[in-house]
Amino acid sequence: MTDLSDALQEPWSDLRLQREAVGLGMWFFLASEVLFFAALFCSYAVYRSFNAEAFRIAAAHTKLIYGSINTALLLTSSLTMTIALRAATARLQRMTLFFLGLTVLLGLAFLVTKGLEYYGDIEEHLIPGSTFPLKPAATEIFWALYWVMTGIHAIHLTAGIGVVIVVMLLFGREIVPVQGSTMEGVAIYWHFVDTVWIFLYPLIYLGGRT
Amino acid sequence: MSEMTLPFAPAEHVGASSYLDEGHTVLSWLLTTDHKRIAILYALSITIFFFIGGVAIGLVRLELISPTGWFMTSDEYNRAFTIHGIIMVWFFLVPSIPATMGNFILPLMIGAPDVAFPRLNLLSWYLYVIGAGFTVYVLLTGGVDTGWTFYPPFSSNYSNSSVVAAAAGVFVVGFSSIATGVNFLATTHLLRAPGMTWFRLPLFAWSMYVVSLVMVLATPVLAMSLLLISAERLFGLPIFDARVGGDPVLFQHIFWFYSHPAVYIMILPAMGVVSEVLPCFARRRVFGYAFMVYALLMIGIVGFMVWGHHMFVAGQSPFANLVFSFLSFIVAVPSAIKVFNWTATLYRGQIGFEAPMLYALGFIGLFTIGGLTGLFLASVPIDIATTDSYFVVAHFHTIMVGGTVSAFMAGIHYWWPKVTGRMYHEFAAQFAAITMFLGFNLTFIPQFIMGWLGMPRRYHMYPDVFQIWHVLSSGGAAVLAVAYLLPLGYLTWSLIGGDRAGDNPWQATGLEWQTSSPPPKQNFLHPPRVTSAPYQYHELGRAREEGEPTSVSGQGGTS
Amino acid sequence: MRLAEFTAQASDYAVRVDTLFALLSIISGAVVALVAGLITYFLIRYHRGSRAPRGETPERLDREIEIGWTAATFFSFLFLFWWAASDQLSALVTPKNPLEIHVVAKQWMWRIQHPSGAREIDELHVPANTNVQLVMTSQDVIHDLYLPALRLKQDVLPDRYTSLSFNATKTGVFHLTCAEFCGTDHSVMAGRLVVVTPDEYARWNAAQPEGDDLAHQGERLFHSLGCSGCHAPGATVHAPDLHGLYGRPVQLSDGRTVAADEAYLRDCILLPDKNRVAGFPPVMPNFTGSLDEAQVVTLVAYIKSLGAAASTGSR
Repeated sequence: MTDLSDALQEPWSDLRLQREAVGLGMWFFLASEVLFFAALFCSYAVYRSFNAEAFRIAAAHTKLIYGSINTALLLTSSLTMTIALRAATARLQRMTLFFLGLTVLLGLAFLVTKGLEYYGDIEEHLIPGSTFPLKPAATEIFWALYWVMTGIHAIHLTAGIGVVIVVMLLFGREIVPVQGSTMEGVAIYWHFVDTVWIFLYPLIYLGGRT
Repeated sequence: MSEMTLPFAPAEHVGASSYLDEGHTVLSWLLTTDHKRIAILYALSITIFFFIGGVAIGLVRLELISPTGWFMTSDEYNRAFTIHGIIMVWFFLVPSIPATMGNFILPLMIGAPDVAFPRLNLLSWYLYVIGAGFTVYVLLTGGVDTGWTFYPPFSSNYSNSSVVAAAAGVFVVGFSSIATGVNFLATTHLLRAPGMTWFRLPLFAWSMYVVSLVMVLATPVLAMSLLLISAERLFGLPIFDARVGGDPVLFQHIFWFYSHPAVYIMILPAMGVVSEVLPCFARRRVFGYAFMVYALLMIGIVGFMVWGHHMFVAGQSPFANLVFSFLSFIVAVPSAIKVFNWTATLYRGQIGFEAPMLYALGFIGLFTIGGLTGLFLASVPIDIATTDSYFVVAHFHTIMVGGTVSAFMAGIHYWWPKVTGRMYHEFAAQFAAITMFLGFNLTFIPQFIMGWLGMPRRYHMYPDVFQIWHVLSSGGAAVLAVAYLLPLGYLTWSLIGGDRAGDNPWQATGLEWQTSSPPPKQNFLHPPRVTSAPYQYHELGRAREEGEPTSVSGQGGTS
Repeated sequence: MRLAEFTAQASDYAVRVDTLFALLSIISGAVVALVAGLITYFLIRYHRGSRAPRGETPERLDREIEIGWTAATFFSFLFLFWWAASDQLSALVTPKNPLEIHVVAKQWMWRIQHPSGAREIDELHVPANTNVQLVMTSQDVIHDLYLPALRLKQDVLPDRYTSLSFNATKTGVFHLTCAEFCGTDHSVMAGRLVVVTPDEYARWNAAQPEGDDLAHQGERLFHSLGCSGCHAPGATVHAPDLHGLYGRPVQLSDGRTVAADEAYLRDCILLPDKNRVAGFPPVMPNFTGSLDEAQVVTLVAYIKSLGAAASTGSR
């Protein structure tokens, strides 16, 4: 079992305060991420308000099945992440690692599903350019935003998966104890990535599918 | 925060007495997590880029001596002013005071042993370096010619220059800003020394806090705007392409939503520095501390609501113009209050004219003028006439150079003894300060005049009726160049042969002066405890008059 | 080039703008004098070692002073906003039936089309004491038409119309230039604003080589491109009747109702999918690439000549 003092980082001498700091820091960072995605979502909202018909036509070509599977995967991964956090706070190292591992698997499954979806989109030439099949012209804007929005989200998810894997190694090799402040930050970040998807899903997949 | 737990770990070993002696290898600097060393790494980096940006504008001002140019093509000229703007805004001004003085002084000022996340702090410097690397790449591949504002469709579909690399550089350095902001916010919340309540924080600490909020919330919007331009340029994704129904004005909204708060990122720290220097050299507490705090907060908040005043002629509705104009007048009120409060701080003071004070006074004068010209631009009819002219160029340079750079210099000189343990040569510094003030006015007053007369900005060639103003302005720029080189000289000299500074050569209040110059790695040998408000200069003065021992008490009675 | 080409007050609006500038200058000057004066006075009187009286000021007084100058600043700024806003609002009243001149900006020149069909490059002839409205668009990047003597400028955007209205009261030659960075030759994208008496304008118009006015040019194009094949009264294809269309509200297939202004008509020709009219099949061809901006301007002029909403549509 790792000593509690191993969990302490400079300049902290109190673990409770360190955890609070990591949590606070992560929330401030997430505020910046919210603004990052907000700029994107605002652009989407503006264009949709001016091109409602085109956006409806364009959105009808998104692959609802893949999107919905991904929603289920990501929501479940948030559950496994929460359990991992609870386990960590209770100092249950093996359980923490198990649920972190599940989270990684669910995240990877999301990426694989997304990959298959992208493959299908590419087959249908749904990339703005000369071979773009849809009319009117503004459908290209929807699809441009689709690639940017889902792409940026996927990058954030990939980064999250990478961080979780590294954290699993740190915990597994007992370089950092599970009851430290690391899980706090990781869990908050993971839930954020999930929340972005919760907003993204209806905007991308449910438009025009009432 | 629990009063029972010290906010930081007690000194485990009393090793070297100065942070500068903790390791002398290059690696000990490149892998440091000490906020003081990171501050110095930043200081070196931004100085290098300040001079690169300065060379760029030196070339521009040289070219503008002739109305038809004489050694540059128009494409070269366009690249020169663009890279000047990009470097000066993102690689000098935005990090300047926060990353150097914020990093070094903020933990000391609040009685903390370091920032909340020291390794994140080092990462933020590396992000700066990577962003700077992209910029060097841009310079080596012929530059970028879109203006620092990257407007599409020119930037996305027409420019033949390294747009994406430039955007990438700014994108990365933006995250350096965000990391610094997150760090300072957590530090201020959780690492204040016992007794340091929010309303006992010195105004510099408050300015760091508010600027951190703005950096964290505004910078990501810039990042997204540049990402979208890059996506359009690299992958042909039509986000702002009017031919399929996109809107290039949407880019402007997103860009200015960041870039207006960005100018407050550049001025709030400067205001914080002035609020430290002025009371020290006037030997008087800051007039109206509470109003000064509220003014900082109001500038930070209302600053997010005025971006449309950059777009009065962009195709916005007249109603939007009215709203943004109104809010722009409102945001000027707290700035005016600060100027009045600084003026009142001098009343009944014991005023000295050391270099930090000269720079701070220069700030107040030039910021007042720059701010007033902002009112001109907040008026829609005046703005319609003067936007995209030299009037605007003069306005923002007055605030950023006359304001922020003056305050940056004030802070460098004020805290120089604390950081280096040496004094600089006072007369040389005073001479440089006055030269800078005079050079500044010679450079930019002609620009106000020619802007109002009708001289547009970003012009390589211009109607010859404006030549006299351009020649005067370029003359002023030459004086400024000299004024900026002087500190390089005498500050370097001070490192080699300057007098050793005591712990508190200015007899200033503030926790940073309660420790040695330079400080030890862990900042304080004994944890400080705060028992009173900042700027106890009146009490100091009274004690001196009554012949009492003049130990600087109040903030940091460690005995 | 003379400075007067930039600084002349070529309209009543320009005079108002200059007056506002003078007001702001006086107020700013007073503030700078006050602040600089006070600071200088304090620096002298209270320099280190001087024998002026020091000591605390009462806190109540400090608080009252603080509130006092905050309120004074706030109300002064409110006054300035009100003055500027009134100038802005009075300039926004668009007069009826202005003389519409079309401007097309492209890297790096200005193309002007008068309603009579006259064309110019880098020169803009306008009659004095006449309400003029410039209807502008860009063929490539964002430009900005800047007329210093009128104290006016307006960004010129691609695929959209923006407008600039004025009434020039002084005849003469004034400066015209681009004020939005647009690439290599941005700084030489300049020309002349030539304000002449209405009589001279009429004579100048008549003397221009291009014979037909815009509407007639548009009518010829309308037939040569086959528009009349669907839009004529007896056509087999069900297409909207263009008589009396200009200015009328139009119901679109996605539920929106829009006014048939120049921008709408331009979109119908170049981006027909954007505004499908309710009750008509979506078969309008897309003319993007087949027509340049100047030709679109003539077609729009022709449609306008088919009667605005109130008329009974006669040719």
